[in-house]
Amino acid sequence: MSDPVASYLMHLNAMAGGLFLLAAFAIVATRQMLGCLRWFVVQALLLAASATVIGIAVGSLHLAIVAVVTVVTKAMATPWLLRRTVRRELYSRREISQVLNIPTSLLVAAALALLAYAIVSPVAALETGAFVEINLSVGLAGLFLGAYTVAVRREAVPQLLGLLAMENGAFFAAVSIAPDLPFIAELTVAFDVPVTTLVIGLLTRRIHERVGGTSVGLLSALREK
Amino acid sequence: MEERILYNLIQVAVVVAFAPLAEGVLNRLKEIVQSKRGPSIFQPYRDIWKLLHKDEIVSEESTWIFRAAPYVAFVAPIFVTLLIPVLTRYPLFLAFMGDMLGGGFVLALGGFFVALAAVDTANPYGPMGASRTRMVGFLAEPVFIIVFFTVSFVAGSTIPYIVQAVWVSPLANFFAPSHVLAMLAFFMLILAEDARLPVDSPSGHFELAMINKSKGLEYSGRGAAIMKWAGSMKLFVLLVIFLNVLVTPWGLAGTMAIGDVLLAIPLVLFKIFLFLVVLVIIESSLSKLRLFRITEFLSAAFVTSVVALTTSASGL
Repeated sequence: MSDPVASYLMHLNAMAGGLFLLAAFAIVATRQMLGCLRWFVVQALLLAASATVIGIAVGSLHLAIVAVVTVVTKAMATPWLLRRTVRRELYSRREISQVLNIPTSLLVAAALALLAYAIVSPVAALETGAFVEINLSVGLAGLFLGAYTVAVRREAVPQLLGLLAMENGAFFAAVSIAPDLPFIAELTVAFDVPVTTLVIGLLTRRIHERVGGTSVGLLSALREK
Repeated sequence: MEERILYNLIQVAVVVAFAPLAEGVLNRLKEIVQSKRGPSIFQPYRDIWKLLHKDEIVSEESTWIFRAAPYVAFVAPIFVTLLIPVLTRYPLFLAFMGDMLGGGFVLALGGFFVALAAVDTANPYGPMGASRTRMVGFLAEPVFIIVFFTVSFVAGSTIPYIVQAVWVSPLANFFAPSHVLAMLAFFMLILAEDARLPVDSPSGHFELAMINKSKGLEYSGRGAAIMKWAGSMKLFVLLVIFLNVLVTPWGLAGTMAIGDVLLAIPLVLFKIFLFLVVLVIIESSLSKLRLFRITEFLSAAFVTSVVALTTSASGL
């Protein structure tokens, strides 16, 4: 592969990484439920883009399949399932309550991203590939930010999105470390995502029917009839 | 040497002459999006001409600051124009007199005097607008500094003429994540600094909701004309910095020939026109944020710039 093309691919992958990180921040900070879902779809598409670029650069067919599977399960099936199962939540409740206010939350998130970079930098120094360096740090930061979303949001649906964003982050790191992951492993994870979405979606719907809301932060005490 | 001085002066002339035109085009485009015909794109020139021929009334309670502020606000963008690449790709006579931070300070000086003048007359709306502008200003400051750090970190220099060359040599640099994110952060900064939607509504007429406009309510006649002109020049200069330094140096003159330099004028204006179209789309599709949500907008810009810095600092 000629050098300028490789350099373009590296930069394209880096751009996908930068925007992926930005989407992770947006999932933390978006105030509206639908906006949160949209950012999650954007993040999944960027993951697919990065997988495609690395697939072209390393010449691996597996990564092309990963990209297709990601688009189908995360960018198409997940929003569709969520809209089917928790339609009322998505459309009637526009604003999500947070434990922290949004500027503080963003600063904590920025600190987490810096932490991810700091953790990865000695590991990345060992490796030689530019892809690993980018994807490992961005993926780990995505993982942290997803976990932070789960911690800071009080509602069930954004918490689910945080969980899936964690999974996105883990995948983002994985596509660079193991371009030739066995296909069966990818397929398993790919099926996990819609099933998780479906289960949590249905559960959320039941909670909504019983309690009248899905503010998980309020569900702290058990109640006996 | 004489050519470099001449081109520097041509740059100033271009900014002074075409800044109201950019504002007129922006207003016209916005009206077209709203299915109206809108005023002519030359309306800002007519407004300035009309105001220059009107009597000026200055409050007896005001001090020299009120009288000096329009001139300071008018001269500040001109000084910045001397430092930045408007038409040429190579450094001109005064290019090394100040870097991007210096240019930012000069622009801030103009804003500072306008804010002082707003407080000076003790009109109740003036100080309100001034304090709100300061609030937006100090939230925007860290973003400005970090974008500046990122850009100078990548380019190894703080002189705008040197910075602009880095993004396209080689062309793959254009897609570098730090570049894209720094552009995004600076774009949000322009929206906040120039009081555009979603931070402030530039066409609003309700004094209580104003952020930027209420500072100039007391001016009349020549003072109002100069303030208006200065405002459009500030936007023009910000756009030139954004488009020529941060985005690309495409369309700028690469040789010393005067023909090339003059040819660069329509190319730069075309770039600005494209940017204005984007600005109009944003202004027509977003609503104004509540005052205390501006912090959220600017903290989003801040995080964007921090991500740009981390990606560039980790060598990507």
